[in-house]
Amino acid sequence: MNVYLDNNATTMVAPEVFAAMQPFFGEFYGNPSSMHRFGGQVGRHVDRARQQVADLLGAEPDEIIFTAGGSEGDNLAIKGALEAMKSGRRHIITTRVEHPAVRVTCRWLRDHGFRLTEIPVDREGTLDMERLEEALTPDTALVSVMWANNETGVVFPIEHIARLAKARGIVVHTDAVQAAGKLPIDLKQVPVDLLTISGHKLHAPKGVGALYVRRGTRITPQIHGGHQEGGKRAGTENVPGIVGLGRAAELAAETMAEENDRVRALRDRLEQGLLQNCAGAQVNGRNRLPNTLNISFEFIEGESILLMLDEVGVAASSGSACSSGSLEPSHVLRAMGVPFTLAHGSVRFSLSRYNTEQEIDHVIEHMPGIVTRLREISPFVGGAAAWAGKSTCNV
Amino acid sequence: MWNYTDKLMDHFKNPRNVGVLEEPDGVGEVGSLACGDALRLMFKLDAEGRIADVKFQTFGCASAIASSSALTEMIKGKTLEEAQQITNRDIAEFLGGLPDQKMHCSVMGRDALLAAIDNYRKGTPPDEKVDSDIVCQCFGVTRLEIERAIEENNLETVAEVTNYTKAGGGCGGCVDDIQAILDEVKAARPAPEPEKTPPRRRLTTLQKIKLIEETIEREIRPALQKDGGDVELIDIEGNRVVVSLRGTCSTCLVSQVTLKKLVEAKLREFVSDELRVEQADGEEEVA
Repeated sequence: MNVYLDNNATTMVAPEVFAAMQPFFGEFYGNPSSMHRFGGQVGRHVDRARQQVADLLGAEPDEIIFTAGGSEGDNLAIKGALEAMKSGRRHIITTRVEHPAVRVTCRWLRDHGFRLTEIPVDREGTLDMERLEEALTPDTALVSVMWANNETGVVFPIEHIARLAKARGIVVHTDAVQAAGKLPIDLKQVPVDLLTISGHKLHAPKGVGALYVRRGTRITPQIHGGHQEGGKRAGTENVPGIVGLGRAAELAAETMAEENDRVRALRDRLEQGLLQNCAGAQVNGRNRLPNTLNISFEFIEGESILLMLDEVGVAASSGSACSSGSLEPSHVLRAMGVPFTLAHGSVRFSLSRYNTEQEIDHVIEHMPGIVTRLREISPFVGGAAAWAGKSTCNV
Repeated sequence: MWNYTDKLMDHFKNPRNVGVLEEPDGVGEVGSLACGDALRLMFKLDAEGRIADVKFQTFGCASAIASSSALTEMIKGKTLEEAQQITNRDIAEFLGGLPDQKMHCSVMGRDALLAAIDNYRKGTPPDEKVDSDIVCQCFGVTRLEIERAIEENNLETVAEVTNYTKAGGGCGGCVDDIQAILDEVKAARPAPEPEKTPPRRRLTTLQKIKLIEETIEREIRPALQKDGGDVELIDIEGNRVVVSLRGTCSTCLVSQVTLKKLVEAKLREFVSDELRVEQADGEEEVA
C-alpha cells in the first residue's frame, strides 16, 4: 500500500485539473498577447483562471498576478513593495518560523540596509503578539507573517495582525501557501495588502502560483520585460499552469468545507492512534491546519524513521537535521524550543482530500514497530541519562 | 532523497552487532543527542588480543547506523593495531560510498573506534576527546579532528571539512578558522617535486606552435574545463597568440582576467616570456 502523507511538500495534480490543462499542451498553444484567434481564445482562459483564483480568495481578478510559485510570489511581494515605497521607512517585521522564501529574503534585505525584527513563538508555536505589537514603529515599512506554518500547521491570527499594522500605515504581506485551499480566506474581511499562494500545494502543478496585490498597493516588478500581468511580472504566461491553478482553486472552493472536516477527522485519527500506540511521542504545535500533524518520537532520528516508513510505502517528512541535508534540525522546531531529544525525531504527516481511513490505519499499524526497532538501536534508550557523553552541541 | 547504496540500505535495515556487551574491554562514545547523531561502540578481546566480539548502539540517520554496522563487521577478528589502521574512507568504501554530506557518519565511526581503543589501553573515559582546542563551538569539533580529516581525506575546501566533520555547519562563525587550518595543513604537506622546465632555447616557428598547443592542452584546458569552460587556439602571429574562450568562460565577467592570468602566464612559463595573449576579434570584450 502506498500512502502519500507529504501534502505540505507537494500535492498530486487533481484529475480534473490535469484534464483542464491538457488542451493547452495541444490545440490551444497560442500566446495570449497575440492579436489573432490563436492568442485570443487562450487569453480568455487565462482571464477565467484569474477569476477562479480571485474567487477562492475573496478578491477581484485585477488583484491577481500569476507567478512561477510561492518563492517568486514572496520575493515579488516583499522586495517589490519595499522598492515601490516612497515613505523612506526601513524596518521589516517577520517571524522566526517563516518559510525560507520569506525568511531568507528578509535577511537578505537586512544585509542591504533594512532593519529586521523576527517575532518569536512559544513552545506551542503561537506567535508572541505582544512582541509583535511592540515592534510596530513609525519606521516599520512591512510586516510579513505566514498564514499557516508549513512544518507544524500552526495558524497565525492574520486578520488581527493586519488590522494592527494597517492602522499604522504599514504594508502587510502574508505567505498563504499552506493556508490556501485548506482554510477559508476572504480578503474583503482580512485587510492584508499582499498574499502569496502556490499551485502545487493545492493540487495544481508545480511552477505556477499567484500573488494577490490589493488595489492601491504599489509594487515594483522584479522581473522586467514585457507588459504581462499588468506590467507587474514580465514573461509569456505559463498558460497550462495558470489554467490548472484556476481549476484547482475552483475545486478547493467547492470542496473545502466538506473535505476539510473529513481530512481533519483522519488527521485526528492518526494523531490519537500514534499517541496511544507509541510511547515517548509528542505533538508539536497547537491550533493547526486540519491536515497537518507534526509529531516527535523521543531518542530516535527522523531520517531513519522516514526511510523505515518508506519501506512500508508511507511518505512523510521530517524536521531532523539529517533528512534536510543541513546539519541543524528545523528552524521552526528550534524557534518553538522543542528539545533536541524531540526535534531530531520529528515527523510531519500532511494529509489531503485523497487520503483514506485505510491508509491512516496502515500508518498506525506500522509506526509502533518502527519506533521500537530504532529505539533498540539507540544508545539513549532508558533516557538520555544512560549516555555518558557530553552534550557539546550548541546549535 | 539520498542516493544510498544497496549495501548501505542493507546495513541500515539489518544492522549487524547491535546491542551492548557485558564487561567490555573497551568502550567509545562520540556525538550527542543534541548534534543529531551519536554512537557507542564496545569490544571484547580474546586471549590473543584480537577483537572477539563487538557491539554498537547508534542514534542517527540511515548512514550513521549503516556506518556503525559496517565498522563492527570490519574490525571483528582484528588486533587493535590492525583495527586502528581503519580510516573513515575505508568505512565509506565498505558501504559502496556515502553521499558527500554524510561523510561525517564514517568519521564518527572511526572516532568511536579510536576512543574505545584509548579507553582500553589508557583507561580514558569512553567519551574523552583528544586534548585539543575546540574550533567549531556549535558541534564541538576540535582542531585535531579537523586536521585529521583534512590529512586523511585530502580535503581542499571548508565545505568538504563540514561534510566530513560537521565543523562550520552551524552558525558558520568558525569558517575562517577552518580555512586557516586548511592553509596550514596544506603548507605543511611536502611540496610536490618542482616540474622541470626545459631549458629555454630559441624555437623555430613550428616548434613554438607545437609547444603552445601542447601547453594549452596540458596546462590550460583542464583548468578551464573544470569550471565548464574551454579555450581554442585561433592564430599565432609572431609573439601574438589569439585564442577564443568557450562555454562558461566566454560570458564570464572575469574572462579577461582568466585570459591574462592563466593563459598568458602558462604560455610564458612553458613557451616564451615574450608571448602576448589576445582574445579573438568579434568576441565581446569585457572590461
